[in-house]
Amino acid sequence: MTTTTVHRTTAVAARATELSKVYGAGETQVVALDRVTVDFPQGEFTAIMGPSGSGKSTLMHCVAGLDSFSSGSVRIGETELGTLKDKQLTKLRRDKIGFIFQAFNLLPTLTALENITLPMDIAGRKPDAAWLQKVIDMVGLSERLKHRPTELSGGQQQRVAVARALASQPEIIFGDEPTGNLDSRSGAEVLGFLRNSVRELGQTVVMVTHDPVAASYADRVVFLADGAVVDQMLNPTADGVLDRMKAFDAKGRTS
Amino acid sequence: MFRTAVRNVLAHKARLLMTVLAVMLGVAFVSGTLVFTDTLGNAFRNQSAKNYDDVAVAVTTYAERGDEETPAIDAATLKKIQALDGVAEATGRVSGFAGVADTDGKLIGNGWSNTGANFSPGADGKDAQYTFTKGTGPVKDGQIALDKETADKGEYRVGSPVRVATNGPVKEYTLSGVFTTEDGAVNAGGSLVLFDTEAAQQLYLRPGEFKDVTVTAAPGASDQKLLAAVKPLLPENAEAKTGAALADEEAEMTESGLKGLNSMLLAFAGIALFVGVFLIANTFTMLIAQRTKELALMRAVGASRRQVKRAILLEAGVVGVIASVIGFALGVGLATGLRSAMGMFGGKIPAGPLVVSPTAVVSAFAVGVLITVFAAWLPARRAAKIPPVAAMSSVHAVATTKSLVVRNSIGGVITLVGSALIVAGAAQGDENGRWLIGGGAFLALIGVIVLIPLLSRPVIALVRPLLRGLFGVSGKLATQNAVRNPRRTGATASALAIGLTLVTGISVLGVTLGQAIDKMTTDNIRADYMVSMASGDALDQSALAALRKADGVEAASPQRSVWLTVGEEDGVSASGVTPGDVEKVFDLKTVSGSLASLKDGEIAVDRKTAKSHGWKTGDSVPVTFQDEKTETLKVGALYEGNEFLSPVLIAEDVVDPHETLADIREVWLTMDGGQSDANEKAVVDALGDNPAMSVVDRQGIRDMFGGFINTALNIMYALLAMALIIAVLGVVNTLAMSVFERQQEIGMLRAIGLDRRRVKRMIRLEAVVISLFGAVVGVALGTFLGWAIGKSLSSSIPGYALVIPWDRLALFLVLAGLVGVLASLWPARSGAKLNMLTAIKTE
Repeated sequence: MTTTTVHRTTAVAARATELSKVYGAGETQVVALDRVTVDFPQGEFTAIMGPSGSGKSTLMHCVAGLDSFSSGSVRIGETELGTLKDKQLTKLRRDKIGFIFQAFNLLPTLTALENITLPMDIAGRKPDAAWLQKVIDMVGLSERLKHRPTELSGGQQQRVAVARALASQPEIIFGDEPTGNLDSRSGAEVLGFLRNSVRELGQTVVMVTHDPVAASYADRVVFLADGAVVDQMLNPTADGVLDRMKAFDAKGRTS
Repeated sequence: MFRTAVRNVLAHKARLLMTVLAVMLGVAFVSGTLVFTDTLGNAFRNQSAKNYDDVAVAVTTYAERGDEETPAIDAATLKKIQALDGVAEATGRVSGFAGVADTDGKLIGNGWSNTGANFSPGADGKDAQYTFTKGTGPVKDGQIALDKETADKGEYRVGSPVRVATNGPVKEYTLSGVFTTEDGAVNAGGSLVLFDTEAAQQLYLRPGEFKDVTVTAAPGASDQKLLAAVKPLLPENAEAKTGAALADEEAEMTESGLKGLNSMLLAFAGIALFVGVFLIANTFTMLIAQRTKELALMRAVGASRRQVKRAILLEAGVVGVIASVIGFALGVGLATGLRSAMGMFGGKIPAGPLVVSPTAVVSAFAVGVLITVFAAWLPARRAAKIPPVAAMSSVHAVATTKSLVVRNSIGGVITLVGSALIVAGAAQGDENGRWLIGGGAFLALIGVIVLIPLLSRPVIALVRPLLRGLFGVSGKLATQNAVRNPRRTGATASALAIGLTLVTGISVLGVTLGQAIDKMTTDNIRADYMVSMASGDALDQSALAALRKADGVEAASPQRSVWLTVGEEDGVSASGVTPGDVEKVFDLKTVSGSLASLKDGEIAVDRKTAKSHGWKTGDSVPVTFQDEKTETLKVGALYEGNEFLSPVLIAEDVVDPHETLADIREVWLTMDGGQSDANEKAVVDALGDNPAMSVVDRQGIRDMFGGFINTALNIMYALLAMALIIAVLGVVNTLAMSVFERQQEIGMLRAIGLDRRRVKRMIRLEAVVISLFGAVVGVALGTFLGWAIGKSLSSSIPGYALVIPWDRLALFLVLAGLVGVLASLWPARSGAKLNMLTAIKTE
């Protein structure tokens, strides 16, 4: 892969500016995010990496409108999240954001297909049939649409989750350790789908992970440590990411 | 072990709260009932002991005015008793009905507790039984004294005129004094009028004679010896007993009366506890499911199955004890409240201390602890079966949805057997049939409870499209969540179903009977008014005469109770009526012959009775009257049975010569112009505005015979409400658990865009669906039972037709839905408030 192939546009899908998140006050104050500024351009697959407690999940939660923040600003497209009430945030998540969780988080009472169309059901929208078919074909689930989550393997369940995130054509998809509960083969499949969705469908994906191999599927890796962006890497490879991580670890240990 | 149990209870405080509440309510019901009846019993016992405190010997005759055959105690006999050795005093008493009118001319009191008696002053001018607070006792005809309560109610003062009705016409007396007494009947809210002895004898017996004598002993004299001395002096048919024996008898009577109340209340407490069992079992099942890992760990580090089971049961025991303590305290409060509440509604109860017997304490605790431990038994067994390896598996062990095949087959068989018994019992239709129905009902209820998890899926699936259409994704998810754990949904719905089965069964039956009675009055009666004595005694013949002459009376017939012996010893009850008028006041359907023949001294016979005796129109029948004279009477007509008349009709003037006492139960009147205020006034005026006589119109007749049904229904509803409250706690509990178990799901739904309002709605709908499901099952089963019991009664109720009170049933369903909404308030709130981030995190 060469750097020239990145079809980057100037448009930004999500942007955090001077974003801070502080828990507690005084003596017990913990700074989870410390004035983080980061862009997630449209049509890019970004991985957020960092050691445990670096704030990578918190960053994603704040940007995705799942969590509140202490100061700074977050924008999804043109919308500033800081001023939104819970109701508006919920609507924003429903209409503009897709999620993939580590624990799949499918509803066991619904079939695979029903799980995929759940966000549209909630919004009261009819899914775009052609698009839905395209997504289902891509994740290879057409045979299993009638199955319930308990009848599917972990990899299949996560593929349902990926399809659910893609089906409503959100402006941006957030993944929280999407391969954390999968074996390497299933993980590779899921990551492949995510990368394809970016390449072929122009989707924007932001993924939190601690797995260098997973990060190597991304177009760009943003490194976080102690609540601040410390580095980034374009067109990463697993080894490159691992080396970078080791460097942080060593630094963390010596400092 | 014990410490672990206590710790676990404390750790799951909130979760066990509903269990504690359920057990507590049941225990409160049980202990409240026991304490209340004990207290009441004690108060009544003290009262009877006090009544007979001074009485050494009491003599009773069954003499009555108009009855010349039963001898009473005459003055000479009384003198002889007074002269006996060891007698301090012997007082002659006469008593009977005496009704006092209030300022509006209406009767004070309820008819059967209005007494009149003689004031019998001793040498000191005082009657030891009565303590005068104002004025003095009546000493001449025309004077009376009243008990304080009655005087207060009628706003009568000493010197004011009081209208008093005995079984004759009303008379105006002057109030000479107001008294208090220890008399039990007065203490229980009755009224008492004291006349001077001569007037009382005149009213209730014969001049110079007494019905009863009470003897007080001189110091040192033995009651038994006095009894032996009194006995030979008495006329035949008189009875003498010592005061102690009478006190015991009276106490025994109250006791048996209270026992009935006791067992009825305990039955309802039992129902409430039965419902509670489901709630408790559910709670423990869920607690164990949540603690699978922890329990498996205990097994892994060496705890035996038995120890695990015992630990759970111990936990249940601790919960039971806590709930029992609170429940018992609540029960004592309940008993106190009930006593004052009864006082407020006019049922006066003699004062006395609150009695908390050891039996009450022991049973409250036994019930509370045993029920809890019993309900936790199955969950505990299941907990003991958790394999140690479950501790190692990373997956949160989900309660296995074991095949329900065995359960369903058993449930199906029990339900079928129960239903078959019910149908068989309904077909048989007598006392035995009702036992069959009872047994069948129990089996069917158990069977349905067993089957409820199976039923839940198809029934709830039926409403899914509807809810989906109405509430979109919330509705769809709610119905799916409701059937997710069929066992739990089943247990929750069962609790409601039991309560509603009973409520519905009672309603169907009550409304059906009420309608039957209504139909019976409209079908059988043409009269506009019915006149009778409020006391239930016979009307005086003068009343009948007066009514015949009243303005606007078109037809008037008495219903005089007559006992005839036909042939050798075949007794038959008959109604003495007025020929010509009887068919105008009753709707009589003549089968053959003519009712006009009554005028000629012939009798008319109810068709069924005629059939069983083999009589036909024109037959001659030898009839023996009360005075043992026999006449041969011709059967002049056959008629269809009428519920308000005896099976034989006979002209009043045919009976009259044979009886000294006319037993006129009612007089029925048809008025010119039907029911109107003017006509009613004419009737009341004709009776001399007599407070002791009740004049009721058709609606009044219906209420008289059917009114108790509504009262009984309301009492039952109130008692069953307890079971329903526990069922509601069950719904709250199940939902709280569901929300807790589905935190992750709810978190995900919130993350992908389900707003709080719709999360709430989803949980609320789940509650409504479960509640309605239980309600539908209960209402269906209850209607079936109501039908069966009604059917078994139908042969003894003419004009029986099943009435299904659709409006009430609909109301029950609406209430069940509301119950669901109410029960989901808290779980829905906590579900909507869930922190998304913690919720979606893996464990």
